[in-house]
Amino acid sequence: MAGLLIRARIAVMALAVSLFAVVALPALAQQPTSVNPTASSVKEDQLLEQLRIISGRGSIPDKKSYNLEQPSGRDWRQFHQVTLPIVGAVAIVGLLALIVVFYLARGMVRLDGGRTGRTIVRFTAFERFVHWMTATCFIILAISGLNITFGKPLLLPLIGAEAFSAWSQWAKYAHNFLSFPFTLGVVLIFLMWIAGNIPDKVDVEWVKQGGGIVGDKHPPARRFNAGQKMIYWIVVLGGGLVAATGYLLMFPFYGTDVAGMQIAQMVHGVASLLFVAVMLGHIYIGTIGEEGAFEAMGTGEVDVNWAKQHHSLWAEEEMAKSKAAPPVERSMAPAE
Amino acid sequence: MARMKFLCDADRCIECNACVTACKNEHEVPWGINRRRVVTINDGKPGERSVSMACMHCTDAPCAAVCPVNCFYTTADGVVLHSKDLCIGCGYCFYACPFGAPQYPRVGNFGSRGKMDKCTYCAGGPEADGTAAEYEKYGSNRLAEGKLPLCAEMCSTKSLLAGDGDIIAQIYKERVVRRGYGSGAWGWKTAYNESIAS
Repeated sequence: MAGLLIRARIAVMALAVSLFAVVALPALAQQPTSVNPTASSVKEDQLLEQLRIISGRGSIPDKKSYNLEQPSGRDWRQFHQVTLPIVGAVAIVGLLALIVVFYLARGMVRLDGGRTGRTIVRFTAFERFVHWMTATCFIILAISGLNITFGKPLLLPLIGAEAFSAWSQWAKYAHNFLSFPFTLGVVLIFLMWIAGNIPDKVDVEWVKQGGGIVGDKHPPARRFNAGQKMIYWIVVLGGGLVAATGYLLMFPFYGTDVAGMQIAQMVHGVASLLFVAVMLGHIYIGTIGEEGAFEAMGTGEVDVNWAKQHHSLWAEEEMAKSKAAPPVERSMAPAE
Repeated sequence: MARMKFLCDADRCIECNACVTACKNEHEVPWGINRRRVVTINDGKPGERSVSMACMHCTDAPCAAVCPVNCFYTTADGVVLHSKDLCIGCGYCFYACPFGAPQYPRVGNFGSRGKMDKCTYCAGGPEADGTAAEYEKYGSNRLAEGKLPLCAEMCSTKSLLAGDGDIIAQIYKERVVRRGYGSGAWGWKTAYNESIAS
């Protein structure tokens, strides 16, 4: 009996196993011989086409490190190595050439009636202080900035790697620190000269007559002529732009990521190179370009004839003022 | 001479971060700087991939091109190194680098950039091989001792490969053929302008 039962059990089990095999075999046969887990995976080529920055998740606290790739760095490289030097060279060398040609053709613009010996106050001591503070900072910022773009090809081969690096390190410190007084200067310039620098009808006529740059005519102007107003707005807007983008680069990752800093550097580079070119023109007119002009920012007093020639309307106002109210010192002064 | 490269087989990386830890420890990398890191793309979603990334030691390296003081140089093995004595910490290599490799300790005023630090392929810097001065600035110089970068040596799944570009590309190709798939050598097109068929 026992032997029969065991045999029956074995027979049932064999039947069950064979049944399972019959049912399961087609299912096994339908499965692919291998799986391809990459079929659904992220692909680099595809991501590079879709995104400027490929980023994901990391395990370290530094969130910046979650960016895997940013191929846009190559666009920035192209800008920095090719576009920016060309823009800078054309703007600066072009303007220098223009100044040389103009100076050779025209020479210094002379005072027509010579000097009267009498002077009018043009800029107060405070105005001159702000001007020269900003100007000094600007020149050092410009030289240290130009060094970053043009130092490697021009200066490095002359003085060698060690000396050039040491100089560039100090230039970078100067660039960073002097940005603060420069920004303060731009803000003060904006506030103290805004009243005289709103464009008006007089400017239209001044521009029409070419500002007296071409020909011997001297179109009327108030305290600031249209050319000076242009310089003013370039300093205020350009200086503001250069300062804002500069601080973004100086304080990395405060409100920007790498893409933001690339754009900031591009704006900073182009704006400051154009700024330098414009200032070369400004320096020329303020020094060797025009007789009697430097005194305005030097001693603060200009010759009456210079005022009449270049700022006729302003000169009239000033003369009228001094006639209406005689100088205070004279009435107060004791009889001699 | 060999042309040294890194290759991360993203189908093998298990995001264990051993490469990150090995690198930090081997070179005593300063606080806040990671010369190597692991990034997981599409984390938690189907098809996620983890990639271990550091300086790829590019052919025609963008960092070297934009450096205003020319502090980069490429060794005979194709490793891109830099001199911390010449670096002025301007940040330009970071803007240009496609892989986010250059990092700066915040030692300057206003938290501005100090001397740049990045992966050296365990090959030190311009100082004499194996000196204390070299170790202090760049970490250990395993390459001079005939060893490969520690991150790759430590990799538990052999996802991260380091060595001669032709040899590691061949290893990767054989893997792809044997297992029948491969999501490509991440960064190779950008760094070396070549890709390995997958």
